[in-house]
Amino acid sequence: MIPRVYRIEHRREEYPGTFTLEMSADRGRPVTCDPGQFNMLYAFGAGEVPISISGAGRRDGLLVHTIRTQGLVTAALERLKEGEQLGVRGPFGQGWPLDLARDSDLLIIAGGVGLAPLRPVVYSLLDGRGRARRTQLYYGARRPEERLFRHELNQWGRAVSLVQSVDHADSDWPGHIGVITGPLQASRINGPETIAFVCGPELMMRFSIRVLLESGVPASAIFLSMERNMKCATGLCGHCQWGPRFICKDGPVFCYKDIQPWFQIRGL
Amino acid sequence: MQDYVLQARDLDILIQVVRAEGFEVMGPVLRDNAIVYDAISTAADLPQGWTDEQEKGTYRVKRRNDGAYFGYAVGPHSWKKFLQLPHRQVWKARSNNSGIQVAEIVDEAPQLAFLGVRSCEMHAIAIQDRVFVDGEYQNDSYTRRRSNIFMVSVNCTSAAASCFCTSMDTGPRVTLPCDLEMTEVIEGETHYFLVGSESYRGARVLQQLPVVPSTQEHEAKAERAVQNAVRQMEKGPRNFDSTDLKELLYRNYESPSWDRVAERCLSCANCTMACPTCFCSTVEDTTDLSGTYAERWERWDSCFTADFTYITGGAVRPDTRTRYRQWMTHKLATWHDQFGSSGCVGCGRCITWCPVGIDLTEEVRKIRELEKINREGP
Repeated sequence: MIPRVYRIEHRREEYPGTFTLEMSADRGRPVTCDPGQFNMLYAFGAGEVPISISGAGRRDGLLVHTIRTQGLVTAALERLKEGEQLGVRGPFGQGWPLDLARDSDLLIIAGGVGLAPLRPVVYSLLDGRGRARRTQLYYGARRPEERLFRHELNQWGRAVSLVQSVDHADSDWPGHIGVITGPLQASRINGPETIAFVCGPELMMRFSIRVLLESGVPASAIFLSMERNMKCATGLCGHCQWGPRFICKDGPVFCYKDIQPWFQIRGL
Repeated sequence: MQDYVLQARDLDILIQVVRAEGFEVMGPVLRDNAIVYDAISTAADLPQGWTDEQEKGTYRVKRRNDGAYFGYAVGPHSWKKFLQLPHRQVWKARSNNSGIQVAEIVDEAPQLAFLGVRSCEMHAIAIQDRVFVDGEYQNDSYTRRRSNIFMVSVNCTSAAASCFCTSMDTGPRVTLPCDLEMTEVIEGETHYFLVGSESYRGARVLQQLPVVPSTQEHEAKAERAVQNAVRQMEKGPRNFDSTDLKELLYRNYESPSWDRVAERCLSCANCTMACPTCFCSTVEDTTDLSGTYAERWERWDSCFTADFTYITGGAVRPDTRTRYRQWMTHKLATWHDQFGSSGCVGCGRCITWCPVGIDLTEEVRKIRELEKINREGP
């Protein structure tokens, strides 16, 4: 499977080393993606990386990816300017089960760049494609200026009630300080009627899930997005194996109930 | 299936007929003191009169006292090198003023005949078929190559000490479909192959051979020869009950046994390279000096390498303990959930080619014993 060529229409720096690309398909129609799926992004000659889809606009047809520079390939992607091209293979994997949120309280819990794969969930609520009884977004980041989509977060208030927490901030910061599980624990979660989508560092997901379970959210109503090394994204290269599962085709979004014992094993 | 008798002196006719049918024949050859698979053009290329002696960490070829063509078990190579190429180009790309163009590399799939495929190896190929062909996505190169293969299988009549196919239910008798199935029989002055065909293509080849229909005596001798291999393995040190392996390993992710094997394992990846079912690969992206031409290559990879699980923040499996656990648990346990069968065919290559002599069957036994001690006390 070879990449399709996409052109960068808009490039926005979220904060140093983290950027969002809005891209259009060079030829043909853009692919349709479900929230929570990912693409393999190819920086010419440098290689491919799996990156969650942070937006797939229905109206403008633009594919959106938000990327944090960590290695050679993401550094090469960071250097790309508007008008330049990259390769896209995908979309791959299983996304968020938005249908299940219809008659529930939706709790979105995101840490750092983990907000990126959840952005399409918020947008589907905003434009009415997705529905939930009510939605709360708990967003934790390192610092106020290291939050994704800072200029959009306030508009999201139409669809979600937003609770934010950062590890470090000065006195101007109106939100919480500390890990996101703090405010999560203090909130009144209607456990049995809640469905939770969680994405962030594994440690943060671990603690968030603990709070959710203590609040009476059933394991079958907790969904999380996992990350592993990937080369092919099609279940053939073996890299993303996680116990009996392949993150690329069985995930990246899993129901906690299905993976509960595996999630506890370190170095799996 | 009606069986026929092909005299051993006529084996070359079989090879020439298969070649005339348009296949390049791959078979066992003796090279660098090992029996490996490579192109052959006559029966004289085969390792006639040679056998292999195998134990953990040891492989030696030795003269037999007869002229058997297939009187060895398995060598370091497996047929996977012809199906899942060790190194192949996946795409090429150009970047210029008009943008990026990516073109797939469609490698030519040659018409190959595999001569002398053992039952364990047929199971290994079937396992790789389930990985590369039967899933949602295909490895196109493998799929094309696989569909061209003319398969001549050979029933095993002697087992190496490292063999345990009877424990994995994958041999020594060939049970999976092939084009021609052969059993080599040597008793005193008689030396013949019992041959049967299971496909139209196989029947076409068989028709062109100087064969006679087999008698009950021919068949009884062949059966005795295969039973000889069965007996060797059942009496051997690596005979074990594999029926509960998945449950055993699923219960023992935190067994202290993993720490002990990690003290010996070198994380060298030999077992994964020699294994006929290990399928992991990685990719390499390169550019030329101008930076306008790029290639992507795929090559075999191993779960024992440090960067195999690298993500931001480091390797998910940072040490030999977690890597050996992944390899063995994948092979014997999680494979069942992924692809509906074990990933091990009992060929013993990982035992023989481990430079420090780690024996998978021994490790299973240790895990079982430690679990028992922990449950019942010493």
